[in-house]
Amino acid sequence: MPEVTLVEAARLAALQEMRADPRIWVLGEDVARGGLFGQYRGFLSEFGAQRIVSTPISESTIMGAGLGAALVGTRPIIEMRIFDFAMCAMDELINQIAKIRYMFGGQAKPALVVRMPHGIWRNSAAQHSQTLEGWFAHVPGLVVCVPSTPADTAGLLVQAIRSDDPVLFFDPKNLFPLKGEVAERIAPIPFGVARTAREGSDLTIVTWSAIVPAVEDAAGMLAARGISAEVLDLRTLWPWDEAAVMASAARTRRLLVVHEAVTAGGFGAEILARATEALGPGALRAVGRLGQPRVPVPFAPPLEDALKPDAAKVVAAAEALMAR
Amino acid sequence: MTGGGDNRARLLALYGTMCRIRAFEETALAAHKAGEIPGPLHVSIGQEAVAAGTCLNLRRDDRITSNHRGHGHAIAKGAGIQGMMEELFGRAGGHCRGKGGSMHIADFSVGMLGANGVVAGGIPIAVGAAQGLRLLGSDAIVACFFGDGAINRGPFLEGLNWAALYTLPVLFVCEDNGVAAFTRAESVTAGPGIAARAEALGVPATSVDGNDAAAVDQAAARLVAEIRGGAGPRLLHARTYRLMGHTSTDPAAWRDAAEVAAAHEEEPLARLRARLLEEGVPDKALGALEGDAQAEMQEARARALAAPWPDPAIAWDDVQDAGAVTETA
Ligand SMILES: Cc1ncc(C[n+]2csc(CCOP(=O)(O)OP(=O)(O)O)c2C)c(N)n1
Repeated sequence: MPEVTLVEAARLAALQEMRADPRIWVLGEDVARGGLFGQYRGFLSEFGAQRIVSTPISESTIMGAGLGAALVGTRPIIEMRIFDFAMCAMDELINQIAKIRYMFGGQAKPALVVRMPHGIWRNSAAQHSQTLEGWFAHVPGLVVCVPSTPADTAGLLVQAIRSDDPVLFFDPKNLFPLKGEVAERIAPIPFGVARTAREGSDLTIVTWSAIVPAVEDAAGMLAARGISAEVLDLRTLWPWDEAAVMASAARTRRLLVVHEAVTAGGFGAEILARATEALGPGALRAVGRLGQPRVPVPFAPPLEDALKPDAAKVVAAAEALMAR
Repeated sequence: MTGGGDNRARLLALYGTMCRIRAFEETALAAHKAGEIPGPLHVSIGQEAVAAGTCLNLRRDDRITSNHRGHGHAIAKGAGIQGMMEELFGRAGGHCRGKGGSMHIADFSVGMLGANGVVAGGIPIAVGAAQGLRLLGSDAIVACFFGDGAINRGPFLEGLNWAALYTLPVLFVCEDNGVAAFTRAESVTAGPGIAARAEALGVPATSVDGNDAAAVDQAAARLVAEIRGGAGPRLLHARTYRLMGHTSTDPAAWRDAAEVAAAHEEEPLARLRARLLEEGVPDKALGALEGDAQAEMQEARARALAAPWPDPAIAWDDVQDAGAVTETA
């Protein structure tokens, strides 16, 4: 299997699907030039300007036009450039896309993918660094993908493009250069199935998206200190693999959730709440969450580093759990 | 348009549609007052000529998007009346199985892609539908209805620019009733007006007396022909008047009584009726159309009242395929 970067894996996945289905097209700013990150490099010459549509800086209409095009039977990939700009299209996403199938009694399924590269990346400061995927897991009607490896990105993107649901695809932009193996023929990865990144017996660490490599590093450091951490990469936040999390947590009896998003009100809270409901209040010896403090992402490297979860903070959080 | 009998038939078709819209909304208002219809209801009484005149020029496979005041658009596009009435009543047989109500009526079987509870919400959807239809090789067009209040929202600016940029087959129809909820639109809208605003965005605009059904029909016929011929988007600016309040429970008492009385003189059904009488259509024939429309809607109301409620179990359906929750979860 060839080794490619994560962003190239995503490019190959979209390429494979667009070659197979002429109803798939891409709309977003600068996509004809290959996209901000090269996710669509070479697409214009292969698919033409009707299927690779560079748009005005009109986020509401990028999102809403994607919906309209889905309602007549095409399968758009809506590229939002950087997640934070999708904020300009919340009506179209939350009021329209997420609800239209339900409100109209099932007359239409908006089969579309919204790609939103998210997260802290190259000191881009508060308006280009957010991770708000937990918001969207809260909204009925949406599927939320948060992959962290090249293979998962490719497989989940194929699944997203073939899905009849509206799928939010959070590309982990800080991991775009990350290399990994991707199959020649990319198979879809089902939603809601976690990947066991590392097996362990002392505690369970649930995580996703750009922070996963740091958690894996932390697990290695913990092992050197005699702590065996199991790492589950959820890969999708809605649906999420509750069964895998509960099974692992019931075994290790210690559950730590690590996400790059702000801790307060983050999806980690939902996971711990469900664990308490499902396993019973006495089942776990210790639970914890590690995310960012409830502060905007700052610009200067020492400030950004101070707030961002990293391997050392994961180790500290895990050791605190082990002490209880 | 050809003259003589053809023209008369066309006017009669317009009148028939307008009578059905009027009768539907009067019936719905009465049912709402009687407590048979829950939730808010925005009626378009006084604006029927815009919907009828526009949609008479559309094919069944053309699409429309609509707004919160959309019963007329749906009826003129051919949406099933019983499904609409039962949707208003929240019954299982509604077009949306009782999940949408008045503000979210859609009937995809006739190309009605949905009313919308968000002002200007239908504009991006319309331009995208047009773009999608082109990609699929269809020559169908999209008509996009919105009020004068919508032109101050960003999607209006974005959507018109977008449609012009890609030469999309969209007929934007601005129903200019002079008000947005409880505010005079002119008191919150700067610049030289809707048509000029559209033209500035590269969308040629035509203004018309929106209470003159024949004038709307003629303008729409020309614009639809241009759009279908590949000329790109057009905007039809139709001046009209909202005879009732913003919602079924709003008396709109802030309006000058003389203004409202004058507006009743100019209302589109009375005007078209007078024109048809002038053209020699017998009063009895018009009375029959009016009576038929009333009877149709009365029957729809009675049937809706007797129709079954949705099974609460369907509240869980049609959220999404992956990650759908179930009652037992
Ligand atoms: C984005 C948004 N803002 C506010 C509202 C509340 N609202 C509903 S209808 C309306 C007035 C709309 O005026 P216009 O578009 O001219 O249509 P009309 O009611 O006159 O037919 C308002 C403010 C809304 N539905 N959506």
